[in-house]
Amino acid sequence: MNKTVTFKIWRGDANGGNFVEYKTEITEGLVVLDVVHKIQATQANDMACRWNCKAGKCGSCSAEINGIPKLMCMTRMDTLNIDKPITIEPMRAFPSIRDLVTDVSWNYRVKQKIKKFKPRTPDAPDGTWRMQQEDVDRVQEFRKCIECFLCQDVCHVLRDHHKHDEFIGPRFLVYTAALEMHPLDTEDRLPELKQTQGIGFCNITKCCTKVCPEHITITDNAIIPLKERVVDEFYDPFGWLLKKIRPQG
Amino acid sequence: MAYADTLPPQRKFGQTTRPDSWWVQPLFVFLGFAAFIVYSTWAAFQGNHYWLDAGGANYLSPFYSPEIWGNSPHAIFHGKPGFWPSFLPFSPALLILWAPGGFRFTCYYYRGAYYKAFWADPINCAVGEPRKKFLGERYFPLIIQNFHRYFLYLALAFIVLLGYDAIKAMIFTDPTGGKHFGIGVGTLIMCANVFLLSSYTLGCHSLRHLVGGFLDSKTKAPSCAKTYNCVSCLNKRHMMWAWFSLFSVGFTDLYIRLCSMGIWHDVRIF
Repeated sequence: MNKTVTFKIWRGDANGGNFVEYKTEITEGLVVLDVVHKIQATQANDMACRWNCKAGKCGSCSAEINGIPKLMCMTRMDTLNIDKPITIEPMRAFPSIRDLVTDVSWNYRVKQKIKKFKPRTPDAPDGTWRMQQEDVDRVQEFRKCIECFLCQDVCHVLRDHHKHDEFIGPRFLVYTAALEMHPLDTEDRLPELKQTQGIGFCNITKCCTKVCPEHITITDNAIIPLKERVVDEFYDPFGWLLKKIRPQG
Repeated sequence: MAYADTLPPQRKFGQTTRPDSWWVQPLFVFLGFAAFIVYSTWAAFQGNHYWLDAGGANYLSPFYSPEIWGNSPHAIFHGKPGFWPSFLPFSPALLILWAPGGFRFTCYYYRGAYYKAFWADPINCAVGEPRKKFLGERYFPLIIQNFHRYFLYLALAFIVLLGYDAIKAMIFTDPTGGKHFGIGVGTLIMCANVFLLSSYTLGCHSLRHLVGGFLDSKTKAPSCAKTYNCVSCLNKRHMMWAWFSLFSVGFTDLYIRLCSMGIWHDVRIF
């Protein structure tokens, strides 16, 4: 099924830009990243595009395809309506570098501020620990994250309200959940979650869950349980009493 | 330069490059919630036609249960409470509806849904918003969302009370005053309502946390782990249960109301 399709690709840099129209022929089995490479090779040699694995595992080719944050390498052309122009633009929650490439370094700075894993004293004399699989099942879901930052991009707290100084975003709430719910971890991250990391900004839109290419149930399994732990710590006097009698750990 | 100044400017309300009908979902949510709010408020202020005793039935509307003060045979205390201001119209529903209403208002699913449909905050994913300022749930009044678990405790008590009403709805009174087991269409509706409300309430995110989610090592408390898994199972379809139970609670009131008004007639199955 060879067909000529129109693409509107955002071209520009930090000073501004606009959509440029390209027409190209597509064949069966292509993904959006293939088309971008084809346009780059044949019509726009100077177009910037970040990519690496082309297998949905490196999280490099994040962009907005028809307005929805997606990985270009995992978006098959046959899932898009090719009768209308297809828009491809960079993520809006981060500063533009050039064309489809954004500066996502803010995320790495945020990650450095989150308290690190602090395991309890080893269970065995050889310095190792013992855990049940059932106890780590929950956090293993969070370890699937490939750090594509699509969840950060779609989160309106960052994307529209630019609360980068007060809110760490869904990616790092997932990261914190993975540490906080780990059976060996002894660190307390709840005061920071409430105060400097702004978990209260999240208003449960579930957009982050919808765009996650690894299908991590971000809102229900990471953010809401963390919100509940913050409630335990700061908003529930009855719970403070209950803590004295129920099992901990 | 501030970091925010390096970012693309905020889009205008409704501005997006999404070509799909992104407005359909929030519109349906808005219409669904608005219809329920209007009907339930109207029904709560009526103060009559909320129970059915015609044909020996023993039905009480879920909007009026428990009837602490009121004029029906289900009332614990007869008449109007002494503390009720004389200038306000009295209805037994006004004494109790704040509890299940508060539970739904602070529910994690409903929050996400009505922030989108009523506040447009955002109206849908990756669509521009009407406001520049955003406080989230960090300050009053939305900080009260953190008290969801207290409304949960009340909602659990309501499930028990509505279950009791459903059992009472299986007892019919014959013309001689004798009591007999029976099932009417209203009984089935009330039982279905309790089932749907239970499925919604028992799948609550707060309950999931309280029964086992607070633990990092669930193997230390196997009973907590089992309960957590059961609640998680219902929680996966929390949105579905939220809508079904919202519809069922409204329809149960409507059925009893219309039967009580003589517009519909309850059919006794046996």
